[in-house]
Amino acid sequence: MELLSGGEATIRALRDSGVKYLWGYPGGAALHIYDALFRQDDVKHILMRHEQGATHAADGYARATGEVGAVLVTSGPGATNAITGIATAYMDSIPLVVISGQVAQEKIGGDAFQETDMIGVSRPIVKHSFMIRRAEDVAETIAKAFYIARSGRPGPVVVDIPKDVTDPNYKVPYRYPDKIRIRSYQPSTKGHSGQIRRAVKVLLEARRPVIYAGGGIILGNAADQLTRLARQLNFPVTNTLMGLGGYPGSDRQFVGMLGMHGTFEANTAMHHADVILAVGVRFDDRVTNTPDRFCPGAQIIHIDVDPSSISKNVPADIPIVGACDAVLDEMIEQIETAGEGPDAAALAEWWQQIDEWRRRHGLYTAPRHEPSVGSLIKPQDAVRALYKVTEGKAYITSDVGQHQMFAAQYYLFDQPRQWFNSGGLGTMGYGLPAAMGVQMAFPGADVACVTGEGSIQMCIQELSACTQHQLPVKIINLNNQALGMVKQWQDMQYGSRYSQILYEDSLPDFVKLAEAYGHVGLRVEHIDELEDKLRECFSYKDRVVFVDIQVDPHEHVYPMHVAPGSMRDLWLSKTERT
Amino acid sequence: MRRIISVLLENEPGALSRVVGLFSQRGYNIDSLTVAPTEDATLSRMTLTTQGDDLTIEKITKQLHKLIDVVKVIDLTDGLHIERELMLVKVKASGDARAEVKRVVDIFRGQIIDVGPASYVIQLAGVSAKLDAFIEALGETAVLEVVRSGVSGIMRGERALRA
Repeated sequence: MELLSGGEATIRALRDSGVKYLWGYPGGAALHIYDALFRQDDVKHILMRHEQGATHAADGYARATGEVGAVLVTSGPGATNAITGIATAYMDSIPLVVISGQVAQEKIGGDAFQETDMIGVSRPIVKHSFMIRRAEDVAETIAKAFYIARSGRPGPVVVDIPKDVTDPNYKVPYRYPDKIRIRSYQPSTKGHSGQIRRAVKVLLEARRPVIYAGGGIILGNAADQLTRLARQLNFPVTNTLMGLGGYPGSDRQFVGMLGMHGTFEANTAMHHADVILAVGVRFDDRVTNTPDRFCPGAQIIHIDVDPSSISKNVPADIPIVGACDAVLDEMIEQIETAGEGPDAAALAEWWQQIDEWRRRHGLYTAPRHEPSVGSLIKPQDAVRALYKVTEGKAYITSDVGQHQMFAAQYYLFDQPRQWFNSGGLGTMGYGLPAAMGVQMAFPGADVACVTGEGSIQMCIQELSACTQHQLPVKIINLNNQALGMVKQWQDMQYGSRYSQILYEDSLPDFVKLAEAYGHVGLRVEHIDELEDKLRECFSYKDRVVFVDIQVDPHEHVYPMHVAPGSMRDLWLSKTERT
Repeated sequence: MRRIISVLLENEPGALSRVVGLFSQRGYNIDSLTVAPTEDATLSRMTLTTQGDDLTIEKITKQLHKLIDVVKVIDLTDGLHIERELMLVKVKASGDARAEVKRVVDIFRGQIIDVGPASYVIQLAGVSAKLDAFIEALGETAVLEVVRSGVSGIMRGERALRA
């Protein structure tokens, strides 16, 4: 058996866990590991400019590929800088393994230089964590970390490694385990057939059904099953922010995103539904509005791989614990065997009602916003132009704010793993590094980060890492000269008292900034040049392009839930509500 | 409603802090908590008491199950069970009070396990309400110190909580 040091075993175990790219940043406590990394070619390290960027990039890569993202950082500030990225991954159930260096064991607890209790600091935002105490345990612990990160409901796992464990002078036999078994961890896969039978009966008797599908569809690779089931039943489908692309966005049966900024037709259909099939969702407060007014007449069937998600916020009438793909497969089969469909007449009537809602206030039938005129570019039109120019085929990441909602509303995602955003934690700064991870997963593809002048500045240092690693992402900056979503809330709830959302002419010249990093910068100030500039942007195949689009600073995102209220209580514009 | 939850978990460093952290993170109360290794040294057994309606307890047990280190979780209050708590009480005992304290201890079937010139240490085991009642019964006797172990519990009959 080969003898390896703990540092070498760390890198070897990453390789044996399937890691191709390791996103990170070196430092004292991780130096033995970095030296082992230097002496091999299997695992490629991508040096970022900040540990937050490293975790978001690994997260973007994980979302794009379905594999586990891998991160390597040092102790202390390296570890704490990674925390925002770990929390982002935790809230969105993204599989990550984050390896953090730690001070030597003899120094732990002594407030040593760059010492932080990483296990303690990260505890509430990880699926699990390990501290490795002996070089002999490195391979097995890392193998376990990957198994836990990717199985069941995925999530981030931290592996904290004290420096003495990676000592290059202490070599131990290396053995990567063939199989991982953890007696206290057995995630469910197949759903309970009896429960599925009950659910199918309810689905076939439904008169006003809605399928409400979320991130679990994407994570569980169940988009295909969802589409087949929806077509088999002819039911309307709505996706959560995290589920976009889980059902084709341009399909007739898709009624748009639901929730706080969801479409009128999706939210209204949910409110009036008699049966809701909830798949891979968690009834987030940004979806339900006030929980006790949520969908008063609906029977709820809830499928999720995580039992603790079921009946957490809204009680489920028929809970089904299991992996989305396996449960939907069995559902499709049972419906086929039953040989009968739902009441066609009732469904026809339901569709007629939904189509009427669509015609009345739909986002896609008639624009809900004022038209762009001259130098007044509406951000919605910027996203629509992006959709048109990329023919709906680009991979889109976003940051957090109005631009995120406009992207979610107006870019119709037809494929899973085409849309990437920090849905749960709402992390500004996610978009650019995540786009780098996506670009690494799909070299040559068009990857665009739809962002705003606020969010982009939270991780803008990664423009430098884009150059170094030749990741030609496109940055579509909807620049409204203010923290737009906060401004919207201040308009609606605080009498337009704009507390700390303006920059007082301190914004950088983003074109020059991009050029300073060696990229192409384009500025769009007039609606007539919007499409041409976007076409120019995507014509640069090997360059990072920063498109700074000056958009209407007064625009709001609509629809918007009126809170407290039910799903159907919506502002449709600044003056109009349901 | 008061509930007694038994948890079997890996005897690993950090496992306890994950459980305790879960309760504070999710806003659940812990009234008492005891933990120690079992006859199988790789496992610890924890008993915790908390308050909550059925829905809250269901959420707590699901969240506990979700922790990787947790092997088994049961709500003892769901079925027939035995609960015990150990209490050590130091009281001032001099003059007439010595005999009076001794009488109360006998009534409660406690034991005096340390005798000082002017103090006793009393050991008493039982359900929590009995321990409360004992303190009450001591009346005017000066209680110097009370140490309670928190509740430990076990199911009646042959059913057992095992890995």
